[in-house]
Amino acid sequence: MDLIKLVESEFTGKRESQPDFKAGDTVNVHVKIKEGNKERIQVYTGTVIQRRNAGTNGESFTVRKISNGVGVERIFPILSPSIDKIEVVRHGKVRRARLFYLRGKQGKAARIKELKK
Amino acid sequence: MSGIIGKKVGMTTIFNAEGQAVPCTLIEAGPCVVTHVRTEEKDGYSAIQLGYGEKKEKNTSRPLVGHFKKAGTTPKRKLVEFKEFEKEYSLGDTIRIEDVFAEGDFLDASGNSKGRGFQGVVKRHGFAGVGGQTHGQHNRGRHPGSIGACSFPSRVFKGIRMAGRMGNTRTTVQNLKVLKVLADQNLIVISGSVPGAKNGYITLHK
Repeated sequence: MDLIKLVESEFTGKRESQPDFKAGDTVNVHVKIKEGNKERIQVYTGTVIQRRNAGTNGESFTVRKISNGVGVERIFPILSPSIDKIEVVRHGKVRRARLFYLRGKQGKAARIKELKK
Repeated sequence: MSGIIGKKVGMTTIFNAEGQAVPCTLIEAGPCVVTHVRTEEKDGYSAIQLGYGEKKEKNTSRPLVGHFKKAGTTPKRKLVEFKEFEKEYSLGDTIRIEDVFAEGDFLDASGNSKGRGFQGVVKRHGFAGVGGQTHGQHNRGRHPGSIGACSFPSRVFKGIRMAGRMGNTRTTVQNLKVLKVLADQNLIVISGSVPGAKNGYITLHK
């Protein structure tokens, strides 16, 4: 087990630099995009609807947004080198870890209340 | 083929230079001891026998205790012959992981696969099953179907694939890439999966 941790330790810095967020939160994901040999950063904003395989190197999260009336979901590996940074815009108040019910809802019904601490 | 003996530690994910997530297996390999040297004159071929994994002397047979004593080592659990090493080795030498493999190499990994017990033809041989639940199928959705003709040949041919014990056989996975060699920990990280359970013995061939 120690040896697995040793190999994974290469990525702990990246993991610790990331903010705490969970399903229901709205995040800005800064994604590095390669065009030819140029690299630029694009911001993808949406609601986190799930985090999978938490605690492992294979951990990923799904961000959903409505783009021009079409639902778009992107899945990011949390340790992916193509993620520049993640910003949490808003903490949501939700009662479950997987928000797949948002897929069937539109407009006002798809809102998430803000968590007031 | 030169190679080394190791033990499966487990699997994880790492990201390569292109930013892709790569599933990888960790193998604790070596240091192995040369327990026997086969020569062209005496044995008709040249090879070296490597030993790996500690074992108590009381659990070792007397002839093997003598064999290990000759090499000047403690009893080892696993003995495997390898050949065509770059260097010449003599009895009692130790071979470490960095002597055999370097980052970027490709290797073959052999080991005993996990036993699956008695399995049907769908899981064991990849039969498609009947493919439907209606049209008179009552309880035979995963059955093999016909195993041959009738009065000729009046028997079932040898080698017809049927249900039976699956797994726990020596299995080789070819062309796995070496992602990392951590010499201090005797650890090698290779892409993809290798046969067998954790703590199972794996031989790595070049």
